[in-house]
Amino acid sequence: MQFMLLFSRQGKLRLQKWYVPLSDKEKKKITRELVQTVLARKPKMCSFLEWRDLKVVYKRYASLYFCCAIEEQDNELITLEIIHRYVELLDKYFGSVCELDIIFNFEKAYFILDEFLLGGEAQETSKKTVLKAIEQADLLQEVRPHVVTLHYE
Amino acid sequence: MPAVSKGDGMRGLAVFISDIRNCKSKEAEIKRINKELANIRSKFKGDKALDGYSKKKYVCKLLFIFLLGHDIDFGHMEAVNLLSSNKYTEKQIGYLFISVLVNSNSELIRLINNAIKNDLSSRNPTFMCLALHCIANVGSREMAEAFASEIPRILVAGDTMDSVKQSAALCLLRLYKTSPDLVLMGEWTSRVVHLLNDQHMGVVTAAISLITCLSQKNPDEFKTCVSLAVSRLSRIVSSASTDLQDYTYYFVPAPWLSCKLLRLLQCYPPPEDGAVKGRLVECLETILNKAQEPPKSKKVQHSNAKNAILFEAISLIIHYDSEPNLLVRACNQLGQFLQHRETNLRYLALESMCTLASSEFSHEAVKTHIETVINALKTERDVSVRQRAADLLYAMCDRSNAKQIVAEMLSYLETADYSIREEMVLKVAILAEKYAVDYSWYVDTILNLIRIAGDYVSEEVWYRVIQIVINRDDVQGYAAKTVFEALQAPACHENMVKVGGYILGEFGNLIAGDPRSSPLVQFNLLHSKFHLCSVPTRALLLSAYIKFINLFPETKATIQEVLRCDSQIRNSDVELQQRAVEYLKLSSIASTDVLATVLEEMPPFPERESSILAKLKKKKGPGAVSVPELDDKREAGLSFNQRIGGSIPASPCRCSTPSPSADLLGIRSAAPIGATPTSTGSLLVDVFSEAGPAAPSAAVNDDGFLRFVCKNNGVLFENQLLQIGIKSEYRQNLGRMYLFYGNKTSVQFASFTTTVSCPGELQSHILSLNVQTKPVEPLVEGGAQIQQVLNIECLTDFSEAPLLNIKFRYGGALQNLSLKLPVTINKFFQPTEMTSHDFFQRWKQLSQPQQEAQKIFKANHGMDTEVLKAKLLGLGTALLDDVDPNPENYVCAGVIQTKGQQVGCLLRLEPNGQAQMYRLTLRCSKDSVSMRLCELLAQQF
Repeated sequence: MQFMLLFSRQGKLRLQKWYVPLSDKEKKKITRELVQTVLARKPKMCSFLEWRDLKVVYKRYASLYFCCAIEEQDNELITLEIIHRYVELLDKYFGSVCELDIIFNFEKAYFILDEFLLGGEAQETSKKTVLKAIEQADLLQEVRPHVVTLHYE
Repeated sequence: MPAVSKGDGMRGLAVFISDIRNCKSKEAEIKRINKELANIRSKFKGDKALDGYSKKKYVCKLLFIFLLGHDIDFGHMEAVNLLSSNKYTEKQIGYLFISVLVNSNSELIRLINNAIKNDLSSRNPTFMCLALHCIANVGSREMAEAFASEIPRILVAGDTMDSVKQSAALCLLRLYKTSPDLVLMGEWTSRVVHLLNDQHMGVVTAAISLITCLSQKNPDEFKTCVSLAVSRLSRIVSSASTDLQDYTYYFVPAPWLSCKLLRLLQCYPPPEDGAVKGRLVECLETILNKAQEPPKSKKVQHSNAKNAILFEAISLIIHYDSEPNLLVRACNQLGQFLQHRETNLRYLALESMCTLASSEFSHEAVKTHIETVINALKTERDVSVRQRAADLLYAMCDRSNAKQIVAEMLSYLETADYSIREEMVLKVAILAEKYAVDYSWYVDTILNLIRIAGDYVSEEVWYRVIQIVINRDDVQGYAAKTVFEALQAPACHENMVKVGGYILGEFGNLIAGDPRSSPLVQFNLLHSKFHLCSVPTRALLLSAYIKFINLFPETKATIQEVLRCDSQIRNSDVELQQRAVEYLKLSSIASTDVLATVLEEMPPFPERESSILAKLKKKKGPGAVSVPELDDKREAGLSFNQRIGGSIPASPCRCSTPSPSADLLGIRSAAPIGATPTSTGSLLVDVFSEAGPAAPSAAVNDDGFLRFVCKNNGVLFENQLLQIGIKSEYRQNLGRMYLFYGNKTSVQFASFTTTVSCPGELQSHILSLNVQTKPVEPLVEGGAQIQQVLNIECLTDFSEAPLLNIKFRYGGALQNLSLKLPVTINKFFQPTEMTSHDFFQRWKQLSQPQQEAQKIFKANHGMDTEVLKAKLLGLGTALLDDVDPNPENYVCAGVIQTKGQQVGCLLRLEPNGQAQMYRLTLRCSKDSVSMRLCELLAQQF
């Protein structure tokens, strides 16, 4: 996979993950172009499209579009299920996830994605194992912030 | 603000995000952000040391601002500080910031690498994973240098935790992709391959991506993975849907791993070991069988996962292309999908069947689905699906169904989406030519194409129909009749006028017996279109008219009258004017015999690969043209273009007055080359037998020479005595140059001699340019001009220009002059149109360092877009639009034709208006060409 984008129906980018080195300018251009292309498509259309020399696989969940760019030899259907598994992970972690969760906890969305996909490839496909890793990390956090502040002052 | 704030909520961050969301306008948002940036900056600069929590919060805010699309130029140091925190969430945010806002500051990189090193050696698996994720996310060369040798060790060590192994495998994969030279598996190879046997499914899932990538590059070293992969696959495929617990996805056991295993096997030929092969075939059969079983769930996830494996298995079957039974089964399975209610499946089935169509075992089976595919072309609502259907029809076409498929594609063209029309036109043209049993059908098809989609019929298409008509005398009469009829339409496409003009000019006599298409009727019909046409078409029509004078003497008076009228003979377009003048003169002074010779019928074109096919290949990339028995020979397009005429610009240069009989109907340069050759060898001897004051190396016109890189005509040299003008034209690897020597004085030049030499051959004895010419008249009268023609053949690429040495006596004094002739390698370019996709694919293919040449230089002239474009076009390449992601940049593509080989060249020019600088990059399939083009061009802009 070359990159994954999450954006809203209004075209607002909610998450971007790039697995190939690109300049910020290129990333912005790609995002603009792809968001436009995908939003212009009608609901019953096929989830795959050819775009530049890549294949784009996308799916809409409620108000959010999940969109992956994969290479010529990659499998479209399994990519569709990569998207779905990621949605399931977010859903399980946040408890029926909505767009706001991803906006306000964007860093968590990135952490979960890193546990699931690394370098654009599936690292761990078991839902339980990924969530366990994230929950363990959550347990490692320090004491409440205001306590820390008191402690320092 | 949402209730959900998992983990440690950062209240300040949530408030800030809310504020941004509440902003009513873009301006308000920017204002709020600037306020926040100022606040963070002052916090970071303040005297009070920030605690870890605040640092984390501010770094996270910066990250949020960056992800909104704003530039962030500080905070890196604070993020790096967080890396060494022993609090997990602080470290985590630090790593996230570093991964997203990669920075190339070397001091920072050193600090980051240090922190990573500490975490990698911490033996704390969560910290190790964070560090590995960061390396995998950044994947820079610096990181590869620092860690590429360490990570394989972590990957195979016995005491490494599974989760760390998974991260290590994919981290290594990312480093291998960016810096393959730094990732050396060597002694670890076999242990890495054996990760395929690991008990932990997650480890196998991660490791197999690495193994697949390594196998593609070093298949031999990794070939033991084949049998391991087969047995792993076999275990998964035969397992019950619950065996694999959490690795079962909607009742499908380990779909991701299965797909990756099947993908890995596609890096290798079928297993040689009979037992392994048997087991694999069994797996593939099981997968095909499962597709027929009733679904275990109605959820789309179930069918997607199951079919993902199925399609990957079919890809493997097609890759092997050796098991007829499996191929036919695959084809039948895809046939079922063609009518599936899921659009996704129909799309994939059409795509996959395209490759099946090219296998001899399944071609017939694919053909049985023709009606379904035609129906898809007509009824699918999604253009991307229709595109796949068109591709498949093209792939399944053969002699038996060509007429049906071509007819369907033609009727589809009438309503086809604009985005795919051009490609459809090319495909129809190719199929029509390839499977034409009778050429009248072919001519009809192409004329229909022009009628239906004239705007999308590229030059290659109509050149090709003319080539074929010229070469096949059995179709000429039919073609003349058909174009004559087509031209009757009140509004016909300009391409139709071109074809019509050309064909009637050549073969109008074949239908002239019928009074309804008598010569005068033909002429009036053509001329009725004249005023609506563009200049090149009018030029072509003028040539058709002069041909009419030869074919039908009775039209002579009418045509001469047309040529004589002011709108022709005084036309403001120099090309049209020149043609009118020359043709008028020719028709009045030449005898019938001369006229018949000059205007005789075009000789047959050499049989070459269809230029259309070449164009389609360029459009789609080599894999996409799956029609068998295609070869890679040269296209014939350009030569034809020039012979048709209309594309040779007349030179505005004062000294160019080619005699009217020289090159009339376009350029017939092919024949005379080498007609009475004077060998360059003997010319060379002359240069050295009488070494004058101007040695060949001391050419006096370096500046003048460079002015001709992007143009062909003009004044090469001028002093008080002599003016030398040049007019030149090139076609493939051949060129012809007219030199005009003008005596500016009133005194005769005596003993006027010129010699041409090619410097390179002196050292290497390898002739790269073959230049032939005849000696000029030794006397040039005062005020007179003489002409010399050079025929040039490019044998191989070269960098030294040929030298022209001129000697003459003026009032008793010997004059000696050496000039570089502006023959540069780019003159032998053929432009290549290609899509962005192809361009980047080729660009990537030409990635060896020596294939690339690059220069950064100051602009010598204004940076006006139109001037730049004109220069790049003058260079001879095709200027490609919509290829470079940055519209400011220019990209060009072309093929240099030499006798021995073709050199593909890609060019990218990146102007920086602010700095008044350019960066020029060339990638060519031959390194010496990259170098030379780069040198030449760096002085042009």
